[in-house]
Amino acid sequence: MGDVLLDIRDLYVEFKVYEGKLKVLNGVFLSVREGQRVGLVGEAGCGKTTTMKCVLRILPSPPGRITEGEILFRGEDILQMPPRKVQLIRGRRISMIFQDPTAALNPVFTIGDQLMTVIRYGSRNSLPKKEIRQRAIKALQEVQLPDPERILASYPIQLSGGMRQRVCIAMALSTEPELLIADEPTTNLDVTIQDQVLRLLNALVERRNTSVIFITHSLGVVREMADWVYVMYAGNIIEGGPKEELFREPLHPYTRGLMRAVPKLTGGGIAEGVPGRIPDYLDPPSGCRFHPRCEHAMPRCSQEKPPFLPVTGEHRVACFLYQG
Amino acid sequence: MEPILEIKQLKKYFVTSRGTVRAVDVISFDLLPGETLGLVGESGSGKSTTAYTVIGIYAPTSGKILFRGRDISVPVAKRPKSLKRAIQIVFQDPGTSLNPRRTIGQILELPLKVHRIGTREERRRRVAELLRMVELPEDYIYKAPHMLGGGERQMVAIARALATEPELVILDEPTSALDVSIQAKIINMLIQFQKEMNLAYLFITHDLSLMRNVAHRVAIMYLGKICELAPAVEFFERPYHPYTKMLLSSIPVVSEEEEKVKPEKIVSKGEIPSPVNPPPGCRFHTRCMERNGICSEAVPEVVEVGEGHLVWCHLYGKKEER
Amino acid sequence: MFKSPQWQRRKEGFRRGWYKFSRNPVSVVGLFFVLLVSFLAAFAPYVAPYPEHAGRFVNFREASQPPSLRHLCGTDVFGRDILSRIFFGFRYSLMMGVVVLSLVVPPGVILGLIAGYYRGTWIETLIMRVTDIFLAVPPLILALAVCSVLTPSVFNAMMAISLMWWPWYTRLVYGLASSLKHEFFVQAAEVTGASKFHILFREILPNCVSSIFTKMSLDMGWVILIGSALSFVGLGAQPPTPDLGTMVADGAKYLPDQWWIAVFPALAIMITVLGFNLLGDGFRDLFALEEI
Repeated sequence: MGDVLLDIRDLYVEFKVYEGKLKVLNGVFLSVREGQRVGLVGEAGCGKTTTMKCVLRILPSPPGRITEGEILFRGEDILQMPPRKVQLIRGRRISMIFQDPTAALNPVFTIGDQLMTVIRYGSRNSLPKKEIRQRAIKALQEVQLPDPERILASYPIQLSGGMRQRVCIAMALSTEPELLIADEPTTNLDVTIQDQVLRLLNALVERRNTSVIFITHSLGVVREMADWVYVMYAGNIIEGGPKEELFREPLHPYTRGLMRAVPKLTGGGIAEGVPGRIPDYLDPPSGCRFHPRCEHAMPRCSQEKPPFLPVTGEHRVACFLYQG
Repeated sequence: MEPILEIKQLKKYFVTSRGTVRAVDVISFDLLPGETLGLVGESGSGKSTTAYTVIGIYAPTSGKILFRGRDISVPVAKRPKSLKRAIQIVFQDPGTSLNPRRTIGQILELPLKVHRIGTREERRRRVAELLRMVELPEDYIYKAPHMLGGGERQMVAIARALATEPELVILDEPTSALDVSIQAKIINMLIQFQKEMNLAYLFITHDLSLMRNVAHRVAIMYLGKICELAPAVEFFERPYHPYTKMLLSSIPVVSEEEEKVKPEKIVSKGEIPSPVNPPPGCRFHTRCMERNGICSEAVPEVVEVGEGHLVWCHLYGKKEER
Repeated sequence: MFKSPQWQRRKEGFRRGWYKFSRNPVSVVGLFFVLLVSFLAAFAPYVAPYPEHAGRFVNFREASQPPSLRHLCGTDVFGRDILSRIFFGFRYSLMMGVVVLSLVVPPGVILGLIAGYYRGTWIETLIMRVTDIFLAVPPLILALAVCSVLTPSVFNAMMAISLMWWPWYTRLVYGLASSLKHEFFVQAAEVTGASKFHILFREILPNCVSSIFTKMSLDMGWVILIGSALSFVGLGAQPPTPDLGTMVADGAKYLPDQWWIAVFPALAIMITVLGFNLLGDGFRDLFALEEI
């Protein structure tokens, strides 16, 4: 593994609403190395997407506000950069794929228009038109779309969901980004199509040695896609480590509960892994935000926030059970 | 045991400007009292259309739907009131299945009011009881749906479906919009209600792993047709249809033990064709790794490969004839 | 039965509503104008400096006075205080808007609900084609025609505008209802066996209210504008009624030297119409649902 590419340190975000302030991110730590595929798993509303919006500096503000923390991209703090510099990073060095490929593509322009625009603005020096077209065709071939000439001329509505997501992947990778953020890219796809898209994405990023942050709510998908996994709960990263280790022996009570709750192909019923629901961000639980739902809660858990520390090797967890 | 629901040669076509959508193209199955039948398929398979035709949102193009032996192949407006009480549905997205401008109390009271169950006071008590049943606090009656979490909303939708004490409940992907920890709670609740009230569930879903843990029998649909129908355990241990194998092998799983259940050497390929113009013969032949000449010509007949294990595929049954 | 009885809950709801509404300063400005105009109209006899100037009053000694401390907006050619007449003029404008909308909204909305719900049947065809016919005639033109054939009066003008205005609500609600009928909550009610009345008025209508209110607020402005336009050409309110449109028309003859006679009533129309238009946006924010 190479150098650290992205390092999110102790990130806090608040949203102002009528009732007060939603304390959405509560000290997020996350780092991505060169060529690493990082999976970020968590249930709806845990702050996965908010974290990524901070990385791209697209957090709607107001109501959102970053109150603390830094996001280092190759050692430089994105949060302190002038907007022009952020613009250069966004789209060229960091690209994003969204959950809904239909919303990500403009319905009134052809795929060719959109893809070639991305290539034109993404390239560091201006290219002749023919060259741009060549690159667009190559990009579509890389995502295994048949008949790229025809796809360039078609409109998004003429393609299936899986094909649209392939186009989005082609667009995101066409500028040769150093980091690709994929936000639930296969959630809206059918299982057999999801399988194809995941295999494709894996092959592409491996070949280019692109770093990936793969956001998903599905533990199964993250197991296919990532080599490093972070688990997020209520605005905190509560566990992180190499995939094999994390799936073999999840440590945090929340991760363990989540693993139990996933329906298994081997049967045996579905265990209710985690009772209760995610906390109210207006008035989140003190100390460890998971303690009201935790079967191992100790008095200490409601008093102080557990630090995110390594337990074995690089497998880190934010839980007092493992911190004597 | 007499089946509670029988689907016979059901067909539902939609005529659109782009051609006739053959959403459901001649399918047959039945459902026993107290049983869960998982109807599994990807988009365009016709699983939801089947559900909506059973509940009466659509009228069948042809074929019969029998409920307790009685023909109910008509849209809901033409069905007697007692039927509406006996067959209920829980929709996929609790965000849109509860009216955002009505309170939880009003939503839960509606089925009671419509079927003239109880006096005002009795209805009020029944609504409170329904909320207790799905483990929600009683003061939720004053809340609007958007003030609840996704899981809580789905529990309200389940409570509404159970309000009239139905015999058959259609579950249209009831947990696919929810997180796994909430899914676990809802599924277990549904299983418990089934045991207590002897409910029959027609469970529509795209999630095979979920069906392994919930369904008694599983039917796989592809482009408007059933490919394979079998008791759940048998289905996962001995899948026959190439499409079933492809589906199983595509499921992302969380452990090595599960990887072993997945069929090997089968890789998902190809796009799902449009139901407006489905491939001739076996509808799956365009993506099938084991296809041969006959697959694109003849529609496969049903073959019973084990007890209650039905497969619609040319690979099985008539081998000796070929 | 399950409507929240507690005052506390209402108060909380009101506070939350005001918070949502007030987030947009533009709609607050709109609300301020509307409240100001309504207050002045309601209490015109008490707040107007010269209430008696509203009717037949002549004082040639003070005719055509420019704005001064005595007459803040000046006086017209009969020596009447323009500010006082504007306050009374608000009464006619608002009354016009309220009467037209209360005649127009209920039938328009009901027809729209029915047509939307029965989309694809002959009921829809009938209602919507009739609607189209009425939509083809511009309200102002019809009002002009009616008032020039019959006697020009505020009443006739209101009737003529109303006759042409309901189809807009039918159109609006039709569009909403025809998409809402496919919502799962409507399907759920239908599957349970709820009556058509329940489905139309308890399930679908409440989800149209926000759009209806927004349109009503914008239409208040339009109706007032059309009423003023009718009066301006002499087919609406007749002198000496202190109608804003009539006042602008009278004053127009003395432009540009005695500019105040026309300009202040015109400004009054503008503030009223602008107020209602800005308020419309606020209604949309007010009814927006917030997910948790």
